[in-house]
Parts: sequence; structure tokens; C-alpha cells
Amino acid sequence: MAQRASTASKKSTQVSTQVIRDLHERMVRIRLFETEAGKLMEAGKLPGFLHLYVGQEAVAAGVMAALRDDDQITSTHRGHGHAVAKGVGFREMYAELYGRVTGACLGRGGSMHINDLSRGMLGANGIVGAGVPIAVGAAFAARYKGEDSVAVTFFGDGATNIGAFHEGANMAAILGLPVVFVCENNGYAEFTPQSGHMLLTDVADRAAAYGMPSVIVDGMDAVAVHRAAAEAVARARAGAGPMMIEAKTYRFFDHQGVKGLRHPYRSDEEVAEWKSRDPIDLLEARALADGTATRADLDDVWQRTREEIADAIAYAEASPLPDPADLLMNVYSG
Amino acid sequence: MTTTTEAPALATRKLTYVKAFNEGLAQAMREDENVFVAGEDVAGYGGVFRMFDNLLDEFGPRRMIDTPISEAALVGLGVGAAAQGLRPVVDLMFMDFIGVCLDQIVNQAAKMKYMFGGALSVPLTITTASGAGLGAAAQHSQSLEAWLAHVPGLKVVMPCDAYTAKGLTVSAIRDDNPVVVMLNKVLLGSTGEVPEEIYGIPLGQAHTARQGSDVTVIALGRMVGEALAAADELAAEGVEIEVIDPRTVQPLDTETMFASVRRTNRVLVVHEAVTFGGLGAEIAAQIQDVVFDYLDAPVLRIGAPFSPVPFSPVLEKAYVPDRARIAQGCRRLLERS
Ligand SMILES: Cc1ncc(C[n+]2csc(CCOP(=O)(O)OP(=O)(O)O)c2C)c(N)n1
Repeated sequence: MAQRASTASKKSTQVSTQVIRDLHERMVRIRLFETEAGKLMEAGKLPGFLHLYVGQEAVAAGVMAALRDDDQITSTHRGHGHAVAKGVGFREMYAELYGRVTGACLGRGGSMHINDLSRGMLGANGIVGAGVPIAVGAAFAARYKGEDSVAVTFFGDGATNIGAFHEGANMAAILGLPVVFVCENNGYAEFTPQSGHMLLTDVADRAAAYGMPSVIVDGMDAVAVHRAAAEAVARARAGAGPMMIEAKTYRFFDHQGVKGLRHPYRSDEEVAEWKSRDPIDLLEARALADGTATRADLDDVWQRTREEIADAIAYAEASPLPDPADLLMNVYSG
Repeated sequence: MTTTTEAPALATRKLTYVKAFNEGLAQAMREDENVFVAGEDVAGYGGVFRMFDNLLDEFGPRRMIDTPISEAALVGLGVGAAAQGLRPVVDLMFMDFIGVCLDQIVNQAAKMKYMFGGALSVPLTITTASGAGLGAAAQHSQSLEAWLAHVPGLKVVMPCDAYTAKGLTVSAIRDDNPVVVMLNKVLLGSTGEVPEEIYGIPLGQAHTARQGSDVTVIALGRMVGEALAAADELAAEGVEIEVIDPRTVQPLDTETMFASVRRTNRVLVVHEAVTFGGLGAEIAAQIQDVVFDYLDAPVLRIGAPFSPVPFSPVLEKAYVPDRARIAQGCRRLLERS
């Protein structure tokens, strides 16, 4: 029978200084990457779509801090945060957003297809839910090859309404594969609230349908996410099969882009309330309170990251465009 | 259901392509109580491309239904409801998402009437936005009309401007078969003269968008506008091209094409989709079957290279056919004696 772990109610205490700093750095890196990308889009410098991850940083940071480089992740249209947290470089990410040949996809994929196999980033994805079965396949390959790496698939609340999610979850369960399902429940699928697309309050309940254990965590609390992820990853790595984590979180920007909303699908109060629980603020407050870091330590992370981002944007802007003569490159292997 | 033919006497005014679509849909809903719309963010939000703006206000939640992200169930809902006599309009947002519901379209909607021995009809309309040009990359930019036109039982329309966006949508909804309405994303904000009244444009009837005697250019969807622009450019050089807009690619009005080729003796087919296996191949084959003796040059096809749609604007621009390539193609055809 499926069981729901009780991590949610546990206070997220007892983590090492190193973990706190690691989580903080990953979150700051995502935040700055995204806010700068938003500004670039507003300035008309980035073509295509931009689904910003701001607000959800604790999820990517918390999970990725529990992974190794050889663990694979599959992501979504809102994939920058996962890529940054998994260690994909700013330079190749910005260059990709600019459509430059030095980008993570050689300028061919753009925001929704950023990947870096050396970091176990098996790709953002433009098709909702499509990454789920791909993670199942990656986990299958690991086990097939006798390796102990795991696969993590990220998806939104909305994605759990698509067949690929359900088929992937059942497949992982019945094959006992090392997959961790991470639902980033930000309460909305585009402009539709969760209550408008499913009757459940907790997406985690869906795991039970596949005999998969699940846990619900505060997705604004990086430490809580991290502890749940570490447990699920350890379980999967030990051969105990898949597990689902539902992180309750929120996106601070609109579904896509940075411009104002056309339709007030979220109230100002709701947005403000979630912003008052900014995951980075929460972690910084905690670090300062328990003496894990000083303000100067934290500021240093922001400063270093800002510099790295400025360098990456300059790199992207100075990078060459792809050559139209290479239009047929990489359509096939060999 | 009757399909009224074009009535040029109707009073017109300028509307955008997307508003023309919206107006046609609203009028078809007023005309027939059995028409309803389902899709992701179509009701409360009015659709990500504003295709369904204000329809919830007028028609209410009974007829404007927001669905979960469940395209297979969405199309299936349409098939089942159509089989029970309703006239569903289901929206797939981006045409690329057809990949997750192809079974419902290809194996269910398209074949049901035939397989059931004619016992029922499936008057289903599927609306979707296709095409490249917005930097939306490989999974949000495709033109997949050839996949659909290949399936017996389906109809496919490709509006090239505001006027056809409205008229073809109305006809799709009035039609008793599953019809896919492929709107073009780049054209959504383009404007054109559109009659106020409801009107249908016959499915399976091509339109000669410009008359000319030197080359026949058969253009699909957004390429019609590119071909007309190329025609202006060529006219300055003393070359008159005839531009044919099939409007419906399944069924395909080849007679209009044959008649044109008999007069011009040269033909170019252009579409956004990849050239290989595209409708240009079908059209070229039918032309050489029927009017081979009239051809002074082989049929020229212009489409996208055999690659997914690239993201980088510099690549995307090189990828999608345009007026310059069409004009160049016409010149090449004329160089052959
Ligand atoms: C198969 C498919 N259907 C629809 C879309 C359009 N779409 C892109 S993101 C999105 C909402 C996704 O919601 P959720 O999974 O909750 O993720 P979030 O955007 O909240 O991160 C939709 C409907 C798509 N990309 N793919």
C-alpha cells in the first residue's frame, strides 16, 4: 500500500552549515539569472518565450543539493531554475536565450530546451508532462547499466492531468525504478487555479494510485525540500523504487514573460502573501538567526553571482550567431 | 447544414485575423445551440492568443469550458460529444500539442463514421495555432497539415487572412466532419476586410488571390501573403504571377490549379512545412498526372529544409520560406524555355 511520509510536519532542523550555504547559493544563482533574463526580455533582447522560475527556487535548490552530477533530471518549460541548480553554466544558458551558437543548444533550442548532459540535465521541455516518462527511461538505463544513479523529474500541478504523467508514474512504480517525482505545485496551470483543473487539494494523493509513497513539503523552505529529496533519492538509489514529493510553492512572475497580466487570475493579496514568504529571505533569516552565515557572507554570494552573470551576458552578446549554412546540422546522428 | 457561398455585397470593416476568427466562432455559436468550446484557458482567460476573448461573457460556462491539460481527453470529449449530436469546438493551443492526442484525432474522430458503417457523424472542429516566426522553437512552431491531410476522414483548413479565418471557421463548425482549423500565429494580428454577417467559405474550394499569366504560385496559409508580396515585386519586372490559395488542403481543389497551369504552364508550390512529404509533393504529383503536357518546366516546390524549426531568429528566418524565395523561384521557372 502507498503511504504518505510525515516529513511535512517535521521541523526542518539539523542541517549542516555547508548545506545551508549550498542551498543559498543555488537559490541566489537562480534568482539573479531569472531576474536578469526578465530584464533582457523586457529590453527586447531575447526572442521567444520566457517562463520565469522566480519564487520556486527552494524546490530546485533543495532537490539538486541532494543529487550527484551523474543523476539525471528532466524539466519543463519553466526549466531555467533546474538547469542553474544542476550546475549548467550561465554563459551557455544566456547564450542560448540570445540564440547564439555558443548556447547550450547551439542556438537551436532556446529557453525551453536547455540541457547539459555533463551535468545530468536531460532537458527543459516544451510539451507539458513529456519529461516524466523520459526520466523513467533514464532511470531504467541507469539500472540496466548497473549504475546507482537516479533520475528526478520535475513537473507542475497542471502537468499531472496529462496521460504521460500517469503512464510514467505507473511504469516507474511497476518496474521499481529509481525515479523521484517532484511536483512543483505553484497553484496554477497557466491562468487556471488548481481548483479549476483537479478536485484534489494535494497532488501527492495521485502517487497512491500507483502504489508510490509521497511526501508534501513547504516549497518555500529549501531545507524542508532538501531533506525530503535526500530521503527520496537515498531510497531510490538503494533500490526501493520511486517516490513523489509535492512542494507547495508559487511563481512570482506571470506564467510567461515579464509584462503585466491581462487577466487578474491571482489577487494582489495572494501574490503579496506568497512574496512575504520569499524562499531566499526565509533561508537567509534562518542562516543569520542560527549563525550559519553573516550578512557579509550572504552578500558576498549575491555579489559574486552578479559579477558572474554580468560576465555571462557580455559573453552571450559577444557570441556569434549560428550560420544558416548549418541549418541541417544535428537533425540526425552519424 | 448549409454552407453559404461568398457574398461580396456584405458590408465589411477591418478586423484582425484573430478577431475575425472570434467573430465567426461567436456567430456560429449563436446560430447553433449545440456548438460549445472546450480547451485550456479558453473560457476564463480567453485563450493564450485571445482567440476566445469575451465568449465566456456571452455564452457562459455551459458552452465555454476550461479543461485540464489533457489533450487526449479533450479531443476525446469532442469526439464523444460529436457522436452524440453536439458540435464541439476543441482548441489545441499550439499545433505541436497534437502529438499527445493524435490517436483521438486519427484513429477515432477521422474513422468513426466509416468504421461504424456510416451510423453517425463526427461534426468536430479542432482549432489550433501553427507556424513558425515567433522564436517559439521546435515544439511550438510546426505546420503539420500534411500529417492530417493524409488521414481519410479529416478535413483541414488553413486561413491566410482575416476574411478566410472567419469564413473557414464558420464552415468548419457547420461541416458534419472532423475539421482542423489551422490558424497561423504570425497572422493573428494582421488585419483585413471582414463582413459583419456570418458567412461560410466552401470547404474544398480554392481561391485565386491574384490573376496572372506567367507562373502559377500555389501557396498555403501564411505563404499566400508572401506570394502576393512576391507578385508585386515581380510585376515591377514585368512578370505576372497567379496566386492560388487552396484554403482547404483536405479536400484539395485541384481543378482550380489545373485550370491555372493550363494557362501559365509553370507552377510553384510553397508552404511553411518541410518540403519532404509536404503537400507540395502531392500537388506536384497531381499536376504532372493531369496537366503534364501543359508544363514548360518541372513543378517547383518551396518549403522548409528537413530539420526541426530552429530557435535562433537568424536560423528561423532562413528556415521559413518568404517572398524573396518565392520571387526567386518564379524567376528560375521562367528561365526555363
Ligand atoms: C501538451 C501541452 N499542452 C499545453 C501546453 C501549453 N502550456 C504550457 S505551460 C502550461 C501550464 C503548465 O502548468 P503546470 O504544469 O502547473 O506548470 P507551471 O507552468 O505552473 O510551472 C500549458 C498549458 C504545452 N506546452 N504542452
